[in-house]
Parts: sequence; C-alpha cells; structure tokens
Amino acid sequence: MSQTVTLREIAHARAGDKGNRSNVSVFAYDPAHYDVIKQQLTAERVKKSFAGVLLGHVERYELPALNGFNFVMDQALEGGVNESLNLDGHGKSWSFMLLGLTVELE
Amino acid sequence: MSQQVLRLGTGAGFSSDRLDPALDLVVRGNLDFIVFECVGERTLAFGHRDRLNDEQAGYNPWLERRLMAVAKECRERGTRIITNMGVANPVAAARVALEVARRLGLHDYRVAVVHGDDVTAALTPDTQLLEGMTIGEVGREYLGANAYLGVDALLPAVESGADLIITGRVADPSLFLAPQMAHFGWRFDDWNALSRGTVTGHLMECAAQITGGYFADPGFKDVEDLAYVGFPIAEVHEDGRAVITKLAQTGGRVDSQTVKEQLLYEVHDPTRYLTPDVTADFTKVRLDDDGPNRVAVHGAEGGARPDQLKVTVAFDGGLLAEAGVSYAGPGAQARGELAARVLDERMRHVHGTNSPVRLDLIGARSLHASALDYGDESKDVRVRAALRASSRAEAQTLLWEVESLLCCGPAGGGGYRGSITPSVLTYSAFLDRDRVQTHVEIFEA
Repeated sequence: MSQTVTLREIAHARAGDKGNRSNVSVFAYDPAHYDVIKQQLTAERVKKSFAGVLLGHVERYELPALNGFNFVMDQALEGGVNESLNLDGHGKSWSFMLLGLTVELE
Repeated sequence: MSQQVLRLGTGAGFSSDRLDPALDLVVRGNLDFIVFECVGERTLAFGHRDRLNDEQAGYNPWLERRLMAVAKECRERGTRIITNMGVANPVAAARVALEVARRLGLHDYRVAVVHGDDVTAALTPDTQLLEGMTIGEVGREYLGANAYLGVDALLPAVESGADLIITGRVADPSLFLAPQMAHFGWRFDDWNALSRGTVTGHLMECAAQITGGYFADPGFKDVEDLAYVGFPIAEVHEDGRAVITKLAQTGGRVDSQTVKEQLLYEVHDPTRYLTPDVTADFTKVRLDDDGPNRVAVHGAEGGARPDQLKVTVAFDGGLLAEAGVSYAGPGAQARGELAARVLDERMRHVHGTNSPVRLDLIGARSLHASALDYGDESKDVRVRAALRASSRAEAQTLLWEVESLLCCGPAGGGGYRGSITPSVLTYSAFLDRDRVQTHVEIFEA
C-alpha cells in the first residue's frame, strides 16, 4: 500500500542564491529514499509546481554519493536580492517551498 | 614546510555575524588562523556608496569592535587574522586596525593590505555586463566595480607574516585556501590539492551554517543550544583532507547533514565549482564520521582555474519604501485583502504611480505568494507594501497611504510602521586577468 508524505519527512534541503538564480539542495535522510526522490522530484515537476515564481530553466544535478540533488533554477527570485520586492529577496525560504511537495512511498 | 595539522577557524560568515563565538574560538580553539568573511555583493555596493560620501568610510562597520575584542587574544596565542572587512576601502580599514593595536598596547603590529580588486576605473560605460546590457545602458549611477581576487593575490600577504591581513573583494574560499597553500607549500597548479582546500574554504566561509545554523527544523532537524551555536574549526592535513568540527561546550551540531547542506550552498553545477584559483568537482567529495561533532572531508578533485576574473559592478538602486499595517481576529484576512486593494487603487489612480507596488499579506501570502496559495483564513495578517521609488516624494507617498489606512481603511487596523532606505543594484562582468594588477602593502604600528 502506498503512502503519501511530504518531502520534508524524508529529506532535508537548503537554499542559496546568486543574482536571480536560486539553488536548492535536497538530501534523502535514508539512502533507500534516494530513488524515490530521483523518480518523483524531477526538474519538470519542480518547475511546474512553482510556475508562478520559477520563470526560467530548472536543472537537476544528481549526487548519488551524498544521497542528494541540486536544483538550479534560473529567473527564480523575482529579480534577485537586488531588485525583488519580496521580503525574502534571497529566496532563503525556497527550500521549504520544495519540502512542501508530496511523494508517494511504496 | 610544516607537517603539522593546520587549524583554521571562522570568526564571521557574513557582514553582521556574531562576535562572541569568534572570541570563544580564539581563546579556546588553538588556531593558526581565524578568518572573518564579511563581504557580499550588496555589502560591497554599500561600501562604495559610503566611500563616495566619506573617503575614510567604506569598510565593515563592525571592524573596530571585532578587532578590539580579538586582536590582543590573537597576538598572545599566535593566531593570525585574515579578513575581507576592508570591503571598498581596505586602507582606511588598516588605519583603524593600527589605531586599535595602539589602544590595546600591541607593539610592532603589522597589517598587510591586499590591493587590486577595485577595478572601478578599468570599466567604462561601454563595458558589457553578463546580464546583457552595458554599464551605460543600466541608466543608474555607477558606484564601483571589484574583481574577485584569488590566492595569487593573497599569498604574499600571508607569507609576509603580518598579524592581520585585510582585503576587499576576494573569492570567499580563497581566504581559507591561501593559508593552506602557504602552510603546506601546495603549488599553484596542484589542482586536486587546491580543490580540497577550496572545498574546506567553501564549507567554512559561512561560519555557523556548517555547525547548526540555517539548519534547525524542530521535530525534523533539531539543534541543541542554538542560542550558543559555535563557529567552525577545520583541521587541515597536508593532502588537503580536513576535519570540520567545533569547540566543546558550544551549541549546534556538525555531522554529515550539516556538512552536505553547506557543501552545495550557493553551488550551481557541482562538477564545476569555479573560483579564481581552480575548477573544483564537488561530486567527488566524500564525508566520514570522525566522532561526535567531527566530519572528515576528502576526495575533491579539480582542474585548471578560469582564464578570466568575475567582477561585481555596483549601481545606486534608488530608494526602497516599505510600510505595513496589521489586522487580527475574525475576518482578519478579508480585512487585510481589502486594505491591499484600497492601497493598490489609490497608488495607481489617485497618485498615478507607475512603479510596481508589491502587496503582501504576511500570515497568509507573502514569501511564496507568487507560487502558492496557503489558504484564506488566517486570523493574524500584516499588509506589507513595498516600492522601489523613482523619487523620495513617491516613497513618502507610499508610507502616507499605508498610514492613512488607520482611519480610512478596513476595521481594526493597527501597528503602522514605515521606512525608506537607500538600495543598490549589482551586476556582473568578466575581466581578463592581465587587466587586474595586485600587490600587498604593509602597515606597521
């Protein structure tokens, strides 16, 4: 029977910024969940889930030795810390945007 | 060269970082070097603006207090200080440092200043920016430009034996790589050693972000004694392997989770992390537990450094106006939404404002508002309005309109605050290395 959980329950994440580009790293707590994330948290899904703010290309890099992924998102910070009128111009909270997505566990 | 372990500490990971964990590290850390990393793109731009207003300004505002707290303790323990707190005016910072040394009674105190990052005069209105336009086409006041210097600029300062090394813009990991190169005698083309030293620098550069800061998520990622989070220590070995740790009796945690998160912090393609010194492959990094609050980091590899240096170009950004008013209790979100609609209407049609006005409803939709809807029943919201103003009058108009909601807006609005602050814009460019000439100047008390 499959179970739906938020990504936050199986992974941790951190957000960083450079200009108008954001990166969010996502790491599985349990190596067994690496493939779950690999299959379900695709770059396409991330881009589609947050289309209102992720205006550019989303690239996902895989780091299997660290049980993690790096999502690099262009035009993702409403102009970046310089220009954005968002209180969080750095997108420090973008990690928790991703962690709110759900995944299916077998 | 020494075969011993080199002990590096981080005394600050950003411009406004805490001081007490830095002093604790100096007193109890048995460090060879402590690095205060205090420059971001925005702090640099503000430094240029401060220097334009006052030629003795433009360095880190906490420089004097930081040095007053640690300089004597460092001198007594043989710990040398490396810092980019010079920001846009390293020479003025060096003069402050000498004055601090005099007040603390430190004799023969030597300060090495690294020159050459300020390339303001080397750029012209025709200089192309990576964002697609030229400097002239930005259409705003050009404040200054700085190249990211690397270890080639820093090494002579480290080798001078100075008590304190002050720089402006240097790539953050290079602040940590330079003492490793000096200590172990790594060559400038030993790309694997430089990659490992760069990984250590990258992990250390944000201070508490590897010891439990920017990490806690109660119930999921708990951090002990976060109020007293310790700053990190790197114990570096000759082959570039390093153990990341922190002092006993400090808060926080160092484990594979904190290290992994920081390894990819502000990283794009992890197979090609670019600095002025090397192109490092972070996917080769391996982490081993080495006891409580100790993680061994090794395995990074890399290739040749980039041919060009990255440059940050700073412009005046005009005035940022922000103002808010709060609503709570039943219907709070609906009243807040109404207030936001009233504001939008009046800014556009009564005042004819063309600049975009951002309207948040803190407590319901703010940080993630562009992407997500978190529901419509919050009972405690704050309307926040923000505007990058074309004039001071326009900025004042926004504050006036928000405050007027107290009497003219929805029921029960309170807690008005407003502020107008100067802002900056930064863009990027590349410069050939031969257009950036660096040298070291020694100042002595």
